[in-house]
Amino acid sequence: MSAFLAAEAGDTTARTLTIILFLVFVAVTLAITVWASRQTKTATDFYAGGRAFSGFQNGMAIGGDYMSAASFLGIAGLIALYGYDGFLYSIGFLVAWLVALLLVAELLRNSGKYTMADVLAFRMRQRPVRTAASVSTVTVSIFYLIAQMVGAGALVALLLGIRPGTTFLGMDADAAKIATIVLVGALMIVYVTVGGMKGTTYVQIVKAFLLMSGAAIMTVLVLAKFNFNLSSLLGAAADASGKGDAFLEPGLRYGVDVADNARQTFYNKMDLLSLGIALVLGTAGLPHILIRFYTVPTARAARKSVLWAIGIIGTFYLFTLALGFGAAALVGGEEIRAQDAAGNTAAPQLAEQLGLDFLGGDTGGAVMLAVIAAVAFATILAVVAGLTLASSSSIAHDFYANVIKRGQTSEGQEVKVARIAAFVIGAISIVLALFAQSLNVAFLVALAFAVAASGNLPAILYSLFWKRFNTSGAVWAIYGGLLAAVVLVFFSPVVSGAPTSMFKNSDWQWFPLNNPGIISIPFGFLCGWIGTLLSKESDEQKYAELEVRSLTGAGAH
Amino acid sequence: MTTDAPAPAPTTPERYVEVQRSDEFAGLRKALRGFVFPMTAAFFLWYALYVILSAYARGFMDTKVVGHINVALIFGLLQFVSTFLIAWYYSRYANNKVDPTADKIRAALENGDKE
Repeated sequence: MSAFLAAEAGDTTARTLTIILFLVFVAVTLAITVWASRQTKTATDFYAGGRAFSGFQNGMAIGGDYMSAASFLGIAGLIALYGYDGFLYSIGFLVAWLVALLLVAELLRNSGKYTMADVLAFRMRQRPVRTAASVSTVTVSIFYLIAQMVGAGALVALLLGIRPGTTFLGMDADAAKIATIVLVGALMIVYVTVGGMKGTTYVQIVKAFLLMSGAAIMTVLVLAKFNFNLSSLLGAAADASGKGDAFLEPGLRYGVDVADNARQTFYNKMDLLSLGIALVLGTAGLPHILIRFYTVPTARAARKSVLWAIGIIGTFYLFTLALGFGAAALVGGEEIRAQDAAGNTAAPQLAEQLGLDFLGGDTGGAVMLAVIAAVAFATILAVVAGLTLASSSSIAHDFYANVIKRGQTSEGQEVKVARIAAFVIGAISIVLALFAQSLNVAFLVALAFAVAASGNLPAILYSLFWKRFNTSGAVWAIYGGLLAAVVLVFFSPVVSGAPTSMFKNSDWQWFPLNNPGIISIPFGFLCGWIGTLLSKESDEQKYAELEVRSLTGAGAH
Repeated sequence: MTTDAPAPAPTTPERYVEVQRSDEFAGLRKALRGFVFPMTAAFFLWYALYVILSAYARGFMDTKVVGHINVALIFGLLQFVSTFLIAWYYSRYANNKVDPTADKIRAALENGDKE
């Protein structure tokens, strides 16, 4: 019997349980948040959690911030529907951490204070650079936020057993999705405004623990179904997919060979390379990840936290293999597509099937579904809080305090602005998320990675390593890379002109690739280089200070 | 700190420039860049090779090795292995070769600050 029919029998149980478990999570995390708020007295507490977290704690929190709905729901869904190609995401998302570890984490920790812009603006004129950094921080975070909200919408539809036509508490599918998105948005505003970085960090730690446990249990159960033989799991997934060995090979989703259409084949291959580059270069430009390095006391602790993060995240991405292929083998692509065309619900559907098989009957299925759905909600909520914190910090610290007030403001006033900004960002992302429901969340996050790698990474690397780099270069790098990425996405098949587009009935598409990285990332580096050469500005003393501080930790905040 | 050492300069901009131009700092910079730049190039090329093979060398990637496990999967898993190894190796290197010098320069600078 299909998992879904069983779900309909047990879906009241699943709903009730999920709601209870989710409320427990919310209650626990809110308690943590309130507790953290009592410890939050200074701006350093609000922005950087008092810089008192250990390497391990921050490693867990980085895992919590990084393993988003994209990693859990998105990758599992892509593997379940397209087989091997989904695994590319896991690999890119993990390898990307080496860029952060080797080039960015420690130097940033030593030379910055609260935001990414602290490092970018260190030896530049403050106002133009901070404005640019603030714009790009908010842009990247909003791309990322949309993905999380879409994940939340897909989950709730699954939980409520809604395939178009059903209602829940008098709400149809769309109303329930909107209600969920608003609820998630409201909660994240509370976490951030009340708990600041300290509260948010503890929420990330709890969430990382829950997510790792949930994924580990599911992995063990999936493997147990196949006598712990990876090869038989893969074989069963390939058989169930109806695509045979092709399911285990690259090429079903990315870099597809189109017979008799050399041009399209070329575009497809370029799209694959573009995605690959965006994934590996994006991480070190994500503002919500970068500000995590400020929550530990020293560069050495920052290094340690990245090492922990690599261990935790790497292990999790190994689990995605079992989750994705397990969903393909045990739930089946047809069932998954029927629930969510982009595959975002494959992991919870798999949980339900595992519950049916191992705990017994509909109740077992409902219990597992409820547990995993609650974990997924926790995942989304935590990431959303991290993103909101990053953008509101940047608005308050970079834009308000240093651009508008030119540094003449009190820390209390700055934190107040950050809290207000969190409200605004929350509201904007809620509205935008309502337009993106048809897209896979891993794919949406890959766009955020492309924007981050194009707009932020060139400026960060140039400021840390290139003596000649100056204000003009930084502004060019950020706006150039950011604009290139956003404009190319806007004219890509993601937004219009294809059956899966956000606006499927319109067509203003002319850029052939789904991911802009292969063009926009080099363009960002190029802009930074040209912008630098166009200006004679050069502050050798400030560069000396930045270099000495970033390498030695002298004078670190 | 002994007080009869040359009066430690406060951390003025000139002091940073002075430190930056010292041989000790040049050694620190070399120790760090000499490791992270080549290592970044290495893992990036290794990863790029994987992505390019996935796009253009399907026949090779599709080769079965054991049961249903093919080259593509093994190649992907090797990316995990290399990431873990590089992270571990870097941390060992940084602990032994970078941190002691960095600490020394920092201590000198900060003691200067406090006087």
